[in-house]
Amino acid sequence: MNPALQGLFTIILGVGGCIGYFYFSNQFLDKVLFPAKGPNAGRNINRANMVRPWLFLFPALALLGLYLAYPVFETLRLSVSERVSGGGSKFVGFANYSQMFGEPKFWEAMGNNMLWLIFVPAMSTAFGLLAAQLTDRIKWGNIAKSLIFMPMAISFVGAAVIFKLVYDTRPIDQEQIGILNAIYLWFGGDAPQTWLTIPLWNNFFLMVVLIWIQTGFAMVILSAALRGIPEDTIEAAIIDGANPFQIFFKIKIPQIVGTIVVVWTTITIVVLKVFDIVFAMTNGQWETQVLANYMFDKLFRANDWGVGSASAMIIMLLVTPILVWNVYNVRKEMK
Amino acid sequence: MDNIAGTKSGLTWAVHISVVLLVVLWVFPTVGLLVSSFRTADQISTSGWWKSMLPSEQSETLRTAAPSTQVLENGIYVISGNLFERPGDFEISVWGIKSNDIAAYQPGDTADMGDGVSITVQVNGDYRMVSTGEFSGRRGERVFATAKTPPEFTLQNYYNVLFDPANREGMTKAFFNTLTVTIPATVIPILIAAFAAYALAWMEFPGRALLVAAVVGLLVVPLQLALIPLLKFHNDIGIGKGYLGTWMAHTGFGLPLAIYLLRNYMVGLPRDIIENARVDGATEFQIFVKIILPLSFPALASFAIFQFLWTWNDLLVALVFLIDSTGETTVMTKQIVELLGTRGGNWEILATSAFVSIAVPLCVFFAMQRYLVRGLLAGSVK
Repeated sequence: MNPALQGLFTIILGVGGCIGYFYFSNQFLDKVLFPAKGPNAGRNINRANMVRPWLFLFPALALLGLYLAYPVFETLRLSVSERVSGGGSKFVGFANYSQMFGEPKFWEAMGNNMLWLIFVPAMSTAFGLLAAQLTDRIKWGNIAKSLIFMPMAISFVGAAVIFKLVYDTRPIDQEQIGILNAIYLWFGGDAPQTWLTIPLWNNFFLMVVLIWIQTGFAMVILSAALRGIPEDTIEAAIIDGANPFQIFFKIKIPQIVGTIVVVWTTITIVVLKVFDIVFAMTNGQWETQVLANYMFDKLFRANDWGVGSASAMIIMLLVTPILVWNVYNVRKEMK
Repeated sequence: MDNIAGTKSGLTWAVHISVVLLVVLWVFPTVGLLVSSFRTADQISTSGWWKSMLPSEQSETLRTAAPSTQVLENGIYVISGNLFERPGDFEISVWGIKSNDIAAYQPGDTADMGDGVSITVQVNGDYRMVSTGEFSGRRGERVFATAKTPPEFTLQNYYNVLFDPANREGMTKAFFNTLTVTIPATVIPILIAAFAAYALAWMEFPGRALLVAAVVGLLVVPLQLALIPLLKFHNDIGIGKGYLGTWMAHTGFGLPLAIYLLRNYMVGLPRDIIENARVDGATEFQIFVKIILPLSFPALASFAIFQFLWTWNDLLVALVFLIDSTGETTVMTKQIVELLGTRGGNWEILATSAFVSIAVPLCVFFAMQRYLVRGLLAGSVK
């Protein structure tokens, strides 16, 4: 079948199926199982109302359980087992982990990931805050914002192509078409550099791509937070003779610390999962490996599910503190 | 606020200039790619895209007309015409007749070519070659000219990438595949999530708080963990790699955000409306369909945009769950990564392909930015 037709069919089936499920299961509950009439009408209504939330929740819970919760445990199991020939697997304890810890590529990925974790959230938040503050009170601020926000819509792969052009290198006797090399030579650089192959620095050139994408996100959230600051605190500071910098750092920032933390942690999670950028630009060569790409390598190139799952568990482990913190906050909020 | 004491006009200027700088910095890379996609391979490789708006200096090898066009004027043989195929705004700065000395003459100079032949070239490329004897041979003489060429853009790249049936690396198939992945993967989770979000927001039942917490927890679970178990699962139930598995995977991965966003929004709806409806005897199903869904439109729209951008731009899920060895189901992101590997230097193809894939999300972004912002503000865990 033509995939487009199949897609259309799936939409109709999916949407129709959802509506049908919700409609008929409710009808069944109200009319057949616990009809709101007869001698037990009152009890039946109460019972129906106890069951109904689970009717509403069932499809979502089933999908969440199957596609997100179950894989966590299955990956955990796979990470401590090994495939045996002929199907099935056997328990090998921490053998996969110790094998992984013995690989220099893994430690390279860990080290790089730590660099990413420090710089990308920090720089995105800083630029985002700067952009939010600067555009806040100028007339064409909204246009500026939407232009800085625009990279959010661009795929990591698209961004990778965009920045590959920025970093492009031509031999010294030809005209440079990568703007970075053009600027470098214009400022007196001696020879065009192949930016993505310089160890350590190339990590930063990759990070720039993600910072470029995430700054818009940080800016939007922080800009809303800045607008939420009570005007009278700022007016009071102005009357007391504070200069604009003091107002920004001593009045505004302390009042939006909570939002800054939220932005920071959200970007941190994006960083931990970063895959496409490295995959498309260097594929982990020249010492730019990161965990997610390392994992993809292990899974689909080396076909080693044990070590692949072990590295996935490492990513999970790094996300866990944020997960716990978020859940804790939501529970506090709901009480 | 602008005229309150403490805001200096100097500072205001500094603000304007910094914002301009910031915007330029952020827009420049994308503009580079966009401009490059409208240039020919030659233009891209001979000059940076930022110079494409200005006329560029190019050295070219040109030829005079063939001897068969010569005319006899007052006893001398003359060939004349314009060096450029399409005479226009060209401006020759220097020219020459030998390949090792291409800047020997100024426009208007006359060069002696030996054997009684001489040529005069004007600034716009008009030339007049005269000879005392008859010109022979079949081809004209070579002239090397360094000329200012006016900026020139072409749509040829887009034609090649999108419509050329001979181009196996074309984006058309991948474009439709991406669309096929995206639309069901955007539409289906919305409904499922909306019902769940309503239950979590407005129905009383034991364990509700726990479920909300679980959804928030699942919000950050890395996709990477799901790859192998689900691939195994898809193989076990017989759907293997294909659209169906991809739609389900995208639906599953999108649900936590969808439920979280929608629940946050629905909780904020006025309690009166819902309770009045309940008092009037509306069933929960009716309340949901007739009151909650229409009122939640902004939240539904913002999630739809998120999910659309995310599935359109996705590479990992497509690589793992969709694209099999035949490559029939390739998506645009995968196609571009492939081009980066095989045609890394062919910027005209790369830039155009990348822009074809970027264009749709950019349009959605600019058209529906308002909802995107609203969704972001509601979706970041407070």
